[in-house]
Amino acid sequence: MSVIVYTESEKGKFKKVAFEVVSYAKAIADKMGTSVTAIAVNAENPESLGNYGASKVLAVNDDSLNVFNAKKYASAIEQATKQENANVVVLSSSADSKYLAPILAVGLEAGYVSNVVEVPSNTAPFTVKRTAFTNKAFAHTEINTEVKLIGLSNNSFGLVESGGSASVETFTPNIPDSGVTVESVDKATDKVSIADAEVVVSGGRGLKGPENWALIEDLAEVLNAATACSKPVSDLGWRPHSEHVGQTGKPVASNLYIAIGISGAIQHLAGINSSKVKVVINTDPEAPFFKAADYGIVGDAFEVVPVLTEKLKAFKAQNA
Amino acid sequence: MKILVCISHVPDTTSKINFTEGDTKFDTNGVQFVINPNDEFGLTRAMWFKEKQGASVDVVNVGGPETEPTLRKALAIGADAAIRVNTEAVDGATVAKQLAKVVTDGGYDLVIAGRESIDYNGGMVPGMLAAMTGANFVTNCISLEIDGTNAKAVREIDGGKETVSTSLPLVIGGQKGLVEESDLRIPNMRGIMMARKKPLTIVEPVDANVETKSTGFEKPAPKGAVKLVDAENIDELVNLLHNEAKVI
Ligand SMILES: Cc1cc2nc3c(=O)[nH]c(=O)nc-3n(C[C@H](O)[C@H](O)[C@H](O)COP(=O)(O)OP(=O)(O)OC[C@H]3O[C@@H](n4cnc5c(N)ncnc54)[C@H](O)[C@@H]3O)c2cc1C
Ligand SMILES: Nc1ncnc2c1ncn2[C@@H]1O[C@H](COP(=O)(O)O)[C@@H](O)[C@H]1O
Repeated sequence: MSVIVYTESEKGKFKKVAFEVVSYAKAIADKMGTSVTAIAVNAENPESLGNYGASKVLAVNDDSLNVFNAKKYASAIEQATKQENANVVVLSSSADSKYLAPILAVGLEAGYVSNVVEVPSNTAPFTVKRTAFTNKAFAHTEINTEVKLIGLSNNSFGLVESGGSASVETFTPNIPDSGVTVESVDKATDKVSIADAEVVVSGGRGLKGPENWALIEDLAEVLNAATACSKPVSDLGWRPHSEHVGQTGKPVASNLYIAIGISGAIQHLAGINSSKVKVVINTDPEAPFFKAADYGIVGDAFEVVPVLTEKLKAFKAQNA
Repeated sequence: MKILVCISHVPDTTSKINFTEGDTKFDTNGVQFVINPNDEFGLTRAMWFKEKQGASVDVVNVGGPETEPTLRKALAIGADAAIRVNTEAVDGATVAKQLAKVVTDGGYDLVIAGRESIDYNGGMVPGMLAAMTGANFVTNCISLEIDGTNAKAVREIDGGKETVSTSLPLVIGGQKGLVEESDLRIPNMRGIMMARKKPLTIVEPVDANVETKSTGFEKPAPKGAVKLVDAENIDELVNLLHNEAKVI
């Protein structure tokens, strides 16, 4: 019996979510009186996961896994889970983890719950809390299978350093043919993605047109933030679809979400509500976003945002 | 090509969410149900294949009789036939098991499902269905081309996109991008009339163990009032974000 966790890396470096899922797995393992095994694929310094609570790392080194492939990765994790006799499997909510999770669930005959936000409240019956109805509610869900698969909602648990150390073992799974071949990847390497960002700066129709987006981009740059937008902004072609956030777009669970010229329609709020701190800048004091935000400025984005960007630059220079 | 489009029947995005029976059941009172938005994109793409490349398009839902108006709407948009698997959709795995039977019995080449249902956001059904039927699988799909049995798809990934090649039989989890918002079809009068005559077959479910079960719901704690900062005093916002919220 143990808890196994899949830790994602990019070009050999662990992603922040890798440390978060290990921290979370450690909390479950403590509750169950067991230990955490991590599986890492082509990652440098696998032993560093010990600091977040892994006691063992299964290190996979295989060039055929350099490009992510859901079926191949699911198979590797399935084999590791079986070898370790693990009964709880933890994944993140990244696009890749959400892609492989259902395949893994079928392979392991595991009950799968995604978007989990807390450590299980109970281990018999095994009960987790997840978001439901696009963040408009939470559900308490029991998993009744022997092996349980949990997808942790990003940024819901945080990083917990426990200062432990991990032993590293080489793990060599059999990699199946997958039927899906990646031909090309088109990814901005100099930009923070919405999924990984601690801060997201988002613009709505209040910005009037795509030519004004420097306002959003400059602010995002100072904060090392990802840029996002409301649905009409992407439907109008002002910004790419990949920036559309909300109930029918990408979910946002950042530490700070700054909404500029966004009214705060229910569908928008549903997708961004799990962000910890929300700031709204809007000319209309009656805009519904003010009811959902922590901080707000009633004002014109074209006047307020450049000043905010300057002030933050100065703040950063001072605190550097 | 035989295409099956999976249709999830979900509360309209403007719905207020409430629960009854001691917070154990979703309160459907006053809630309007619609085709899951991700599935609308998939259905419109399926119509494109039908018209441009020649394909039959069936739609399927796993659910009770209350979902039939949603299936009729899909028929009015242009699907040829509808199937309803007569059982409550308890969790992703049970739905996928029911759909797997429909796919195998119907010999479908291409299954178009949505990336996720907007109500429960499980994001489980298409991947499970692919794994159960042995089909190839691409999710977060924003473009799909089929040539014979070869397929080319584009998938949205964190921070970008990726182009993949694969082959039929294939299951995709589709989303906006598969077609543009402005190309989405809405039923017209003629479609609605024709839909009445199209077959809607009810099939009985296969046995499936319930792997996960939601036993209770809660709503987020009510939010405190917003702290307003004067537009002339932006230093104050920087100060609050740093010292109070501790996010910068
Ligand atoms: C099925 C469905 C799904 C949907 N899903 C989503 C979704 O996932 N995500 C999403 O975002 N929307 C979604 N929507 C759309 C949603 O209902 C709203 O229409 C949309 O969020 C509004 O976008 P907006 O706030 O940018 O624009 P608007 O509602 O037009 O608001 C613009 C705001 O900018 C303010 N403003 C104007 N000028 C300035 C200025 N100079 N400075 C500062 N503020 C200014 C205005 O006061 C106003 O509040 C969905 C709708 C439907 C029907
Ligand atoms: N009850 C259902 N009947 C038919 N298709 C479904 C059902 N539930 C989910 N799906 C399909 O699976 C996709 C993802 O749903 P989910 O896994 O619930 O997020 C949806 O967009 C539908 O295409």
